[in-house]
Amino acid sequence: MAAETAEAPGAPFVAGQDAVLRVENLSKHFRQRKRFGRPSPVVRAVDDVSFDLARGETLGLVGESGCGKTTLSRMILRLIEPTSGKVFLDGEDVTRLEGRHLRTFRQKVQVVFQDPYASLDPRQKVGASVGEPLTNSGLSRERKLEIVHETLERMGLQRGQARLFPHQFSGGQRQRIGIARALSVTPQVLLLDEPVSALDVSIQAQVLKLLRDLREEYGLSYILISHDLSVVRHVSDRVMVMYLGRIVEIASKHDLYTAPRHPYTASLLSAAPVPDPDVERVRERIQLAGDPPNPVNPPPGCAFHQRCFHASALAEKLPDDEVEVLADGRRVPGACARLQPALAPGAAGTRWSACHFPLENEETAAITA
Amino acid sequence: MTVKSDEGDVLLDIRSLRTRIETLRGVVHPVNDVSLQCRAGRTLAVVGESGSGKSMTFLSVLGLLPAGGSIESGSVTYLGREISTASPKEMRRLRGKSIGMIFQDSLAGLNPSFTVGEQIGDVVRHHENASRSQARERAIETLGLVGLPNPRERVDYYPHQLSGGMRQRVMIAMGVALRPRVLVADEPTTALDVTVQAQIMELLDGLRRELGMSLVVITHDLGVVARYAEDVAVMYGGRVVEHGSVRQVLKSTNHPYTEALLRSSPRPDASVAELDPIPGQPPNLLAVPPGCGFHPRCHRRDGREDCTVQIPQLRALSPTSQLTACHHAEEMVMQEVST
Repeated sequence: MAAETAEAPGAPFVAGQDAVLRVENLSKHFRQRKRFGRPSPVVRAVDDVSFDLARGETLGLVGESGCGKTTLSRMILRLIEPTSGKVFLDGEDVTRLEGRHLRTFRQKVQVVFQDPYASLDPRQKVGASVGEPLTNSGLSRERKLEIVHETLERMGLQRGQARLFPHQFSGGQRQRIGIARALSVTPQVLLLDEPVSALDVSIQAQVLKLLRDLREEYGLSYILISHDLSVVRHVSDRVMVMYLGRIVEIASKHDLYTAPRHPYTASLLSAAPVPDPDVERVRERIQLAGDPPNPVNPPPGCAFHQRCFHASALAEKLPDDEVEVLADGRRVPGACARLQPALAPGAAGTRWSACHFPLENEETAAITA
Repeated sequence: MTVKSDEGDVLLDIRSLRTRIETLRGVVHPVNDVSLQCRAGRTLAVVGESGSGKSMTFLSVLGLLPAGGSIESGSVTYLGREISTASPKEMRRLRGKSIGMIFQDSLAGLNPSFTVGEQIGDVVRHHENASRSQARERAIETLGLVGLPNPRERVDYYPHQLSGGMRQRVMIAMGVALRPRVLVADEPTTALDVTVQAQIMELLDGLRRELGMSLVVITHDLGVVARYAEDVAVMYGGRVVEHGSVRQVLKSTNHPYTEALLRSSPRPDASVAELDPIPGQPPNLLAVPPGCGFHPRCHRRDGREDCTVQIPQLRALSPTSQLTACHHAEEMVMQEVST
């Protein structure tokens, strides 16, 4: 199963010295439980992922369910241990921190979860939840209470509401409480895991606006995980697309949305409907066949080749000996079916993508028009 | 007041429907004076936030209201026959066979201990007095219709053996197994990935065309509305506040709530510099504001008194325009023309 990989040309680092977070060749391979003594397959949930996050930047992370977004974020939070690779915060290797050092690290990287109904303890008063990250801060009780009140007020809630329980709040308010809890320890990096997906449309905009203001105010850097391409476009500076555990494209928001280089990115963008009937009725749409492949048994070569519209179009123009015929009769270039493409930069050195035949500007113009 | 349209026969006609639910904290009216038509071969989108009454409207129609719920007034006719007063037995015959419904959560809608073929077959046997083998054949045929690859093999799968997208297809198969004339899809794509969302919506749209059904899509996704719907009803606080063609409502809205929704949503195809959030919360049905339900959050109210006193009725500003329930809709239209 060890797929052949094209030679790696480095990693998509952009921030240099200014990076607050840096992830190097991070992998997490889960071994499934042994069944009746048979050797168990390995799931490469995250496979050789490298990127960095500049101070004050928002990096959007998109991909379908099962692409490894959540596993990646858990490793960054040190909630699970990576199989290999390293995570650096402010230039310091935090991959193996323990004890007191790990506790200090946890104050610097915080998380806001998706479901504001599930992520707050229903039996704990809101003030206690918000103050919980401060437990090991060594601050006095009075100072901690003060911080809780200040943070809640900054979120647009009242200090008196610290004495209420979660069920007394609406979904939007609960998400503000979740954000307050993450910010009470003044972290540097905030991991936002689908922060507005559970909220009503009218409330989403309130929370997005709040997040944007807080980033300036607290000097935060965000990693925003979302399946909603509109939200990612609105909030992010750069966007990273994952497919089956690997980065398939990472580029500035503008480049990625107006001229995607990876066919998978183009397919995602084309699938997102636009709230304008005049645009939507004339737009050509790329229909992806099937579901994402099973990560237990990933396809050889490029993980996307079985669903890729670009590969089948290219195969039309190739002689038979350069084409591979798939089980369903589709034809793709031989390279796509055999060789795993490495993440490589485009001509300008930005816009990294992992495709043997990245889309050219004129090809993407037709898709994103 | 209803939208004038000549296209497609009216299959389901909802008029001034008002539904009540008795709760521990008092009586609420999740559906209030709602009128909608479902026409053969057309897609109606019902848009709104939680508590807007969009799902409750169709649960009322299908007789599936939660305990303590009942239709208080108004009428619902299917092919000219009144069904709001039908007996539970008549409703059971109607559901699935005439009006099918697909719910949001595909995992919760399927029984994990029966194969998908048995579950679809059950629907068929319950309604059509078919034998086991006939029901099984129909299940296979329907699974093929909804685009499940290898239906003859997959008919014997249990739900856990299928992916989220395939389970959603099975749910749709259950909804259309009896070939209903009206299909109501309640948030059919909310929990799915964008690529699967697109597949499911294309499937529903194709089934509508193929079977000549009337499709009702209950959603909060304005992108889905723009692509698939012909007619749109925007609901707020249990009432329809704007109702018209998709171009009328999304391109030249006559209601401040629709306008605010569009301004507060980010778009995948353009960079929006600044979103305009709608202040406050969606309305609490236990404490519906007097007058126009949207007035506490409305950016166009400007301190006017009538908004807080009188409930605005749906009306058309001109013979060709959509219906709007805003006292000051004329003003909005004037401003649009002048800018």
